[in-house]
Amino acid sequence: MTEVPVTKEKWTGKIGVVSLGATADEGGSRAKKLAIGGETGMPFLSYEGAMVNRPLIAGEVLDYLEELPEQVRKEFQADCEDPVTWAKAWISRGADLICLKLHSTNPEELDRSPEEAAQTVLKVLRAVDVPLIVYGSGHEEKDAKVMEVVSNAAPKERLLLGQAEESAYKSVSAAAMANDHSIISFANLDVNLSKQINILLIDFGTRKDRIVLDPLFAALGMGLEYSYSVMERIRLAALMGDSMLQVPLICDTTSAWKAKEASEELEGHDGLEERAVWWEATTGLAALVSGADVLIMRSPSSAGIVRRAIDGLSGGV
Amino acid sequence: MPTAIEIFKHLPKKNCGKCNYPTCLAFAMQLANSKAKLEDCPFVSEEGKAALAASSAPPIRLVRFGSGQRAIEMGDETEIYRHEKKFFHPTAFAVAVSDQLPKDEVRGRVEAIRSVRFERVGQTLGFDSIAVKDDSGDPSKFASAVEEAASACDLPLVLVSSSPERMKVAASKVAARRPLLYGADQRNLAEMASVARTLGCPMALTGAKDLNEMADLAAKAKATGLEDLVLDLGSKSLKDQLEGCSKVRKLSVKKLFRGLGYPILVDAGKGEEAVLKGMLAVMKYGSLVIFDDISEAQALPLFVLRQNIYTDPQVPIQVKPGLYPVNGAKEGAPILFTTNFSLTYFTVLADIEKSKVPAWLLVVDSEGLSVMTAFSAGKLTPEIVVKALESSAAKERSGSEVLVMPGMVSRMSGKLQELSGMRVVVGPKESSGIPKFLKNLS
Ligand code: B12
Ligand code: SF4
Repeated sequence: MTEVPVTKEKWTGKIGVVSLGATADEGGSRAKKLAIGGETGMPFLSYEGAMVNRPLIAGEVLDYLEELPEQVRKEFQADCEDPVTWAKAWISRGADLICLKLHSTNPEELDRSPEEAAQTVLKVLRAVDVPLIVYGSGHEEKDAKVMEVVSNAAPKERLLLGQAEESAYKSVSAAAMANDHSIISFANLDVNLSKQINILLIDFGTRKDRIVLDPLFAALGMGLEYSYSVMERIRLAALMGDSMLQVPLICDTTSAWKAKEASEELEGHDGLEERAVWWEATTGLAALVSGADVLIMRSPSSAGIVRRAIDGLSGGV
Repeated sequence: MPTAIEIFKHLPKKNCGKCNYPTCLAFAMQLANSKAKLEDCPFVSEEGKAALAASSAPPIRLVRFGSGQRAIEMGDETEIYRHEKKFFHPTAFAVAVSDQLPKDEVRGRVEAIRSVRFERVGQTLGFDSIAVKDDSGDPSKFASAVEEAASACDLPLVLVSSSPERMKVAASKVAARRPLLYGADQRNLAEMASVARTLGCPMALTGAKDLNEMADLAAKAKATGLEDLVLDLGSKSLKDQLEGCSKVRKLSVKKLFRGLGYPILVDAGKGEEAVLKGMLAVMKYGSLVIFDDISEAQALPLFVLRQNIYTDPQVPIQVKPGLYPVNGAKEGAPILFTTNFSLTYFTVLADIEKSKVPAWLLVVDSEGLSVMTAFSAGKLTPEIVVKALESSAAKERSGSEVLVMPGMVSRMSGKLQELSGMRVVVGPKESSGIPKFLKNLS
């Protein structure tokens, strides 16, 4: 009988654990905390290192529907007209947590006030008992104000606030630190820039176990290969001991809905709706296989496929 | 490739210089860097040659099946992660056809599989192979389904059967097409191997309960003189598949363990899990995936994932810069410019074509970067656009006064207008807005 040698890699590094949400004993109101990270090996290779925490799926909830594709609107129907009913609908469809994007605050669009936006956050917090990720609208100056008010409005909930970039990290991360929330550090598809933003945040006083990194996950057919490799390189560097990269990774797959193949009929091919669902699911699967700890997803159908993929990859647990 | 020292051991050590290098050691060093050929030394012994050939064989054997233009190459991969260099031989996708279908339905199904075709960024995406399954257990049915499939298309075939007798009858009919014979296990290995050897076909091994058993099976097959082997690890779950394939790839590439150094086949089945298995195979070390069934809507994301994962990380897919007429553009039609990143170019081209409005498309050399990426990297500036206008003699050839720019980089419109002396019009941000935009422009 042939004896096949063992190929176990011996990694020296370990990904830190970040916990999301806070329960009553910490002053929050979540039913339970969720932990991400903690890996001691490459994704899903149980023989190489433990993947102690299962990757999570955050359902996207918007407070301004401009960007929402018709197909997803149909999936949620009236539920998506109000962030509260939308968040509940996500929970009943199996989302682990909610990602609330406060697009209504964008000064170039509705320009809602930070206070109004914070009310939305509180309403959603009251409606569901899972942890919450909160983004602004992507408008740098406004987001700084919005995040400050949101942070103060929900002081002990351990929100995950997005996002700190090299060009603008101080106000957002100060807002997060003020009430002990966690923060998403964002870098543009580059290992060194990812490391750089984490160093900046930590120098500024952010605790490492409050940082989740978003290296920008480009959608299928839109540069996915760059993201896939950047993720693998970040994870490898972390396992080899680069402490500034030993943080969980978050990927937003909702950009998949911008791909032509997911949004337009292709001449001579039917099945746009099924194709679009798979477009986001494929993007999510590639993110998981390359190291994602949390996915932000748009369609519950796509999220369902990805959840079953996580089940299968973790051996049916 | 073995090291210079290992090679040196097998050289005659005459230091005669006939190889054009002063010493045997110098020659060995060149060999190790693939800068010289072993044949250049006239004195290497036969044993030396054999030993060197064995140790310089690729860590994963290159296995071909099919014939002619559409033949499929699998294996010969050298990396664990694509960023280390690249992945070389894209995962091939086969769709299964049962021999229990009536003859005309076999043909119909093969033609349907063959006709799934997508054009994307200048490449044609489709299935690569047909797998004919011996579900009937009837030798003449299997053979005639195989013949029918072969005559219905030019794709390479996989013949799926656990019976050496039925395999022999069917494979003899299409031996010239060099099909992959899938179904050698512990019980039938000797007979199946003899069929494969006689017909000169590659063979896939299956039914091993773990990697030790698989290595055993491979060693036995090899002992019968078969080199072109493919492994079906028989993974039940996505976890099994990922872990099995990862172990085999690392053993082969990193440890140069040759007992499992063959391409991997994933028999995916059907339904959602099959699609996920196919996608996992693309990312993690699968060379051939057989689907019992898969919809067009699932196939396209799968094909595009393969296209993405198998692009060379060092070179974005690019198109040739220059001025191109679209929709029969002539004198006076507007010029639109974009970058030479192929994804960008083909997206924009398709939308101009959709508009049916004649227009010129100026492809600016941005070193293969998309509009926004090039803009932030300083590879798409007003100066660079003007240079592209000049080097393609765009104004003279088009007779146009109007230059349409991508909406995303509207910030450079003023400067561009000044430098080009043309009427610069800011187009839509997304190229999907181009048809409407062009219709209003004219
Ligand atoms: C993949 C990617 C990369 C890849 C490169 C891929 C490539 N070959 O170009 C890599 C990793 C190398 C990269 C690097 C960088 N990137 Co980059 N990248 C992306 C990403 C994820 C996708 C880009 C893409 O392929 N888009 C698809 C193509 C088809 O889009 P497009 O070319 O813009 O074309 C569309 C439109 O412009 C329009 N259009 C095109 N031509 C025309 C013509 C006309 C006439 C009209 C009307 C319309 C039109 O139609 C197309 C479809 O709608 C985007 C983010 C995103 N999700 O979009 C960031 C992005 C473009 N990158 C960005 C940046 C900043 C960079 C870097 C400078 C960062 C860094 N790490 O240093 C570097 C620079 C590279 C360098 N060489 O120095 C920023 C740009 C920010 C800005 N607003 O200026 C973006 C937007 C990410 C972000 N949100 O921060 N990037
Ligand atoms: S020809 Fe052969 S024996 Fe002569 S120096 Fe070269 S390697 Fe050595």
